[in-house]
Amino acid sequence: MTDFLSTHLAKPAAGSKAKDTKTSRPLWSWVWFILGALYFVLPLLATLEFSLSMERDVIGFKAYEMAFSDNKFWQTFGYSVFLAVMTIIVSIILIVPTAYWIRLRLPEARRIVEFITLLPFVIPAIILVFGLIRVYSSPFDVPFTEITLIPPLTNYKFGTNVLIVGGYMVLALPYMYRSVDTGMRTVDVRTLTEAAQSLGANWFTIIARVILPNVRTALLSGALLTFAIVVGEVVLASFLGIQAFGPYLFLLGQHRAYEPAALTFTTFLLTWAAMGLIQLITGGQSQAAGAH
Amino acid sequence: MTETALPVPKMKTPRSSYKSWIGVAPFFLFAILFLFLPSLRLFVGSFTTEAGDFTLANVTELITQKYILDAYLLSIKISAVTALGGGILGFLLAYSVTVGGLPKSLRSALITFSGVASNFAGVPLAFAFVATLGRTGFITAVLKDVFGINIYSAGFNLYSFTGLCLTYMYFQFPLMVLIMAPALDGLKREWREAAENLGASSFQYWTRVAMPVLLPSILGAMILLFGNAFGAYATAYALTGGRLPIITIQIGAQVRGDVLHNPGLGNAMAMGMVFIMAISLAGYSWLQGKTERWLK
Repeated sequence: MTDFLSTHLAKPAAGSKAKDTKTSRPLWSWVWFILGALYFVLPLLATLEFSLSMERDVIGFKAYEMAFSDNKFWQTFGYSVFLAVMTIIVSIILIVPTAYWIRLRLPEARRIVEFITLLPFVIPAIILVFGLIRVYSSPFDVPFTEITLIPPLTNYKFGTNVLIVGGYMVLALPYMYRSVDTGMRTVDVRTLTEAAQSLGANWFTIIARVILPNVRTALLSGALLTFAIVVGEVVLASFLGIQAFGPYLFLLGQHRAYEPAALTFTTFLLTWAAMGLIQLITGGQSQAAGAH
Repeated sequence: MTETALPVPKMKTPRSSYKSWIGVAPFFLFAILFLFLPSLRLFVGSFTTEAGDFTLANVTELITQKYILDAYLLSIKISAVTALGGGILGFLLAYSVTVGGLPKSLRSALITFSGVASNFAGVPLAFAFVATLGRTGFITAVLKDVFGINIYSAGFNLYSFTGLCLTYMYFQFPLMVLIMAPALDGLKREWREAAENLGASSFQYWTRVAMPVLLPSILGAMILLFGNAFGAYATAYALTGGRLPIITIQIGAQVRGDVLHNPGLGNAMAMGMVFIMAISLAGYSWLQGKTERWLK
């Protein structure tokens, strides 16, 4: 097929004429674009309009004032931000050395690790939290150690925090790994390592002060995406009984009308800010994340 | 060839020995603790009774219990409808900004917006649609006051199958745009020119050249969309409060423990979902392989 096409391409082509007929009638393109734009914008416009009309016949920020003056909002939102930051930090500590090591010493592990990073697409959040609760709600037998029992992680605060950060790391794994791996592709890992080693650097110094700064833009886009996923997340948080922003917003929606709309619009702006930053950093190669 | 068959060259890289695997051990430990153990527990749990004996009862119950089968079917129906709808709208949008002749600036705007919207799901999305198409929603009001159309008395209901589909579409078609825009970029202009030089009409070009090349990636993307909707829980729960019994909602009820108390059945329901998701992803990667023949 390619041979067929290329032999005919060898002829001088009247391509400009063909291009004219194509670009002169983008009418349908406009129709689809406007349809899509309306689908995007109308719900946001509606939410904004609703959130501004808390007081009868007045356009005002009353709903925002009310929402932001609630202490619970700041507590839960702060907690979600904390969880997001923890997820990002631990993910980086876990994934950067792994991706680095695979590039440097262990290319044969690439396939299996890439396969693992895709598994979260097969296991939805609801299944993940189900499995986590089933495993860690009973005292746990640690194999190959003298300690045969650790207390059920779901029973105390630190334990649930470990579970939720671990769970969020799983949700973010495909995006984090992909960004880090893409970032490392553009860096000559081997030369950098040898140069650092010849200057007497140890492994920690190499990863923290040589590799990490070289993949920081890639890391930043992965981190922002993780942030956008974690801050509004509701499934893991509510099933693990964690007072995060997602469950708070859900509960608020049960008995209030205007404040949830105000917070919804705020969430949208936050997501937009995160995505816009990614766009700015990566120069247009944005990523697609799954919705939950 | 004979040289490489000798065992000696294998020793050339002694560094890549078992010791190197220690470097990736933390990653594998993480995967075991937070991915494999939970999945394994659900898997084993699907085939054991509460006393710990082997059983197939839980798995057969998935098919014989009508409410479970219905939940799977409803989830599949919603996922299929929104994958198809979102797929078509997303494709047309991606088409319009890539080869459709719209200005370049609209393209980057659309891509950024798609990045946002495909991540704008769950509770906020449900609230946004209540404000839009709910009983007192913006569009509902505009249609009633300006056009005199009362969509709710005409039978529309946001908290229904149609309503949930419309809501899911909000994160479905942007995902399609994000996947299809690069694929459409892969269509080489030479192909179109070659086709036109041979006297092909635009219709012939699309049906005989572009579509056969694009079809695997379109189908693959739609499968991703299917999985995307199939695993969604929060959006549906926040919108319908569990009144629309899709499979994720049924599983959520099992986790909460407020339905009949049979842990084994809950495990089996979860594994059934993983099974369907795994089939979708396998189909996707198979199609992905086909796509790479033409589009890079």
